Amino acid sequence: MKSSSMNPKYASIDHPAPARSIYFEGARLIDPRSGIDQAAGLLIRDGLISVNPQQIPEGTDRFDLRGHWITPGWFDLHVHLREPGREVAETIVSGCHAAMAGGFTGVACMPNTDPPLDNAGLVGWVRDQAKGLPIDVHVIAAATRERKGKELVDMSELVEAGVRAFTDDGSPIRSSAVLRHAMEYANMLGARIFEHAEDSELVQGGAMNESEWSTSLGLPGMPAIGETIDVVRCILISEYTGAAIHLCHVSTKESVHWIREAKRRGIRVTAEVCPHHLLLNDSACKEFDTNFKMNPPLRAEADRLACIEGFRDGTLDVYCTDHAPHPWESKAQEFDVAPFGVVGLETAMGIALTHFVPTMMDLNTLLERVVYAPRAILAQPVPSLVSGAPANLTLIDPDATMTVDPATFRSRSRNTAFAGWPLKGKAMGVVNRGLAYIA
Amino acid sequence: MSLLSHKHMLGLRDYSEQDITIILDTAERMREILDRPVKKVPTLRGVTVVNLFFESSTRTRTSFELAEKRLSADTLNFSASGSAVEKGETLLDTARNIEAMRIDVVVMRHKSPGSPHFLARHLDSIIVNAGDGRHEHPTQALLDMLTLREKFGTLKGLRVCLVGDILHSRVAMSNIVGLKTMGANVVLCGPATLIPRGIERFGVEITHSLDDAIQHCDALNILRIQLERQQSGLFPSLREYQKYFGLTRERLDKAPNPLTVLHPGPINRGVEITSDVADGEHSVILRQVTNGVAVRMAVLYLLAGGRAEPESK
Ligand SMILES: [Zn+2]
Repeated sequence: MKSSSMNPKYASIDHPAPARSIYFEGARLIDPRSGIDQAAGLLIRDGLISVNPQQIPEGTDRFDLRGHWITPGWFDLHVHLREPGREVAETIVSGCHAAMAGGFTGVACMPNTDPPLDNAGLVGWVRDQAKGLPIDVHVIAAATRERKGKELVDMSELVEAGVRAFTDDGSPIRSSAVLRHAMEYANMLGARIFEHAEDSELVQGGAMNESEWSTSLGLPGMPAIGETIDVVRCILISEYTGAAIHLCHVSTKESVHWIREAKRRGIRVTAEVCPHHLLLNDSACKEFDTNFKMNPPLRAEADRLACIEGFRDGTLDVYCTDHAPHPWESKAQEFDVAPFGVVGLETAMGIALTHFVPTMMDLNTLLERVVYAPRAILAQPVPSLVSGAPANLTLIDPDATMTVDPATFRSRSRNTAFAGWPLKGKAMGVVNRGLAYIA
Repeated sequence: MSLLSHKHMLGLRDYSEQDITIILDTAERMREILDRPVKKVPTLRGVTVVNLFFESSTRTRTSFELAEKRLSADTLNFSASGSAVEKGETLLDTARNIEAMRIDVVVMRHKSPGSPHFLARHLDSIIVNAGDGRHEHPTQALLDMLTLREKFGTLKGLRVCLVGDILHSRVAMSNIVGLKTMGANVVLCGPATLIPRGIERFGVEITHSLDDAIQHCDALNILRIQLERQQSGLFPSLREYQKYFGLTRERLDKAPNPLTVLHPGPINRGVEITSDVADGEHSVILRQVTNGVAVRMAVLYLLAGGRAEPESK
């Protein structure tokens, strides 16, 4: 971007500048829920938006954004920030830096830290870490005490502290009775349960999808029904109790089928999908590269195609990354020993703009999956680009090209499945919470 | 330098019919060396081989060690028990230490599938897979093929049945891909719980009846059955396994043609195979052991030697 060198104060990822008075000129503003898609000037003053302002105050920092897009801030509904406990892999701050670099203004972080985020004190502490950054860190608290799957956490207190969702992600809630009660109780409080859908015994010891590939590689397999069985269990409990359920990182054809069917029947189910499950299948494991080891695992081609279809038609409501940082030494191990997971914050937008928009879906649909739906699921206010709204937005250069180079990641970890991929479309900055970062 | 189209022997999946034929032909010449009074040639003099066994396997290690000695390589043994691995050293660190010692060939046994591929990515040395988990055990399959070729003259059109725990067997996968490459037909026979998912994509036939397999096959390769599989619920009892999948004299006698019986060892006598069969006239189990040394000599020679003829005086 031409003007960035003139305003270096905005380019610091460690110390985003206060967004006192900024003018973006000539960008395409895209905010489908407000019915906006137009080239316009956008002034941010004291954190509030004004579109095509009458006048631009003295001392305003100006950016020429012709050829760029401005959308409401992107939100990643499923990330692991690892802190407290595994700061070698990621911290809340480094994870927020990765989010900023990737064009997100908000993330929802999972509670499978050490100790797990199962009380209001810890939840508040996590949020505090991101105070000086333009990232809303929304904490999804553990559903059960210490994530042990037995007793419910103090849900009311946590909801008072701002929590809107609970999960034992990393693991499912094994007991159907506990799951039922967690869903009912959360529902009473206007919150919902996120389920990492898995039958732990069916997938136990598995390292990749169970298929001719796992057989050929001699790796213990995780069958697709290991996920789908739990998806169906969640749907049945949701129907029985009337409580909402959100299904994390859906990866199988049958899961998509049952979720679509449940939605058709009016059951309160939402679901998310990750870029790696949309773009890769289990043959990627053939060289035993642990950057293709994740949970749920990369599935068969038919599963991948079904996920794409579900992503297009809205069966899968949300596009999220399941950003799961691991230090290189953990991943540089034997395939069956290495931990599951890949990072995603810094590649998600490029992946989406290169591979999904506009060939598979239009930009408005993508924004539905990455701006509006994730916040609706968490009962958060949805940002918009109308005059008077607080500035919560993402700047995009749709023509910028890059090759994914893990060495340049802001995340503390480099375990990406997309190293070396050429991508077109890149985040150029974010503005949120009265702060701006503009690369 | 390698006479094969591969630098390593990680598995048979990528080996062509030509490569496998070269190995088997070379192994036949190596076997002649083993029958000589002085069983040693200088072919790999100056080549250092480390036998890196993270999992104990006396017979495979001994076979490799003997093959190395017959070829005059310098041999080093590394076994995981009592080593740095027990103190938590990673495979990568172990690899780097090997590299620093300037080893030429690493013969490796490890419980993790793909671990030889992992080392091959991080080292310059030649890697020979001596068994990686349930993935592959290429030299075992090669010695099985050598033994069958010796008996039948060719592998083309042969019907070979692998019997037992296909799911957990590294021998099975290497045999399937190797035999298919060489034009043999492969039949798998075992309880449904021990047949891995998607295996039919490899062009094999599957049966759950050993009696049926015996009617239609030329050779049976009986795999070892492990007691812990019963404990993890994969079959009801050893007694039941023995009754339906154990190879007995009565079963064998119902074959229309005499069958050749192989077993990779060690044998659970009276479980997957009875002693009268294991020691009987159809058994080539001891011949497999001899051929094992010859095959390993051939593989090491073809990968690490290749300059001098094995016959050099
Ligand atoms: Zn999960």
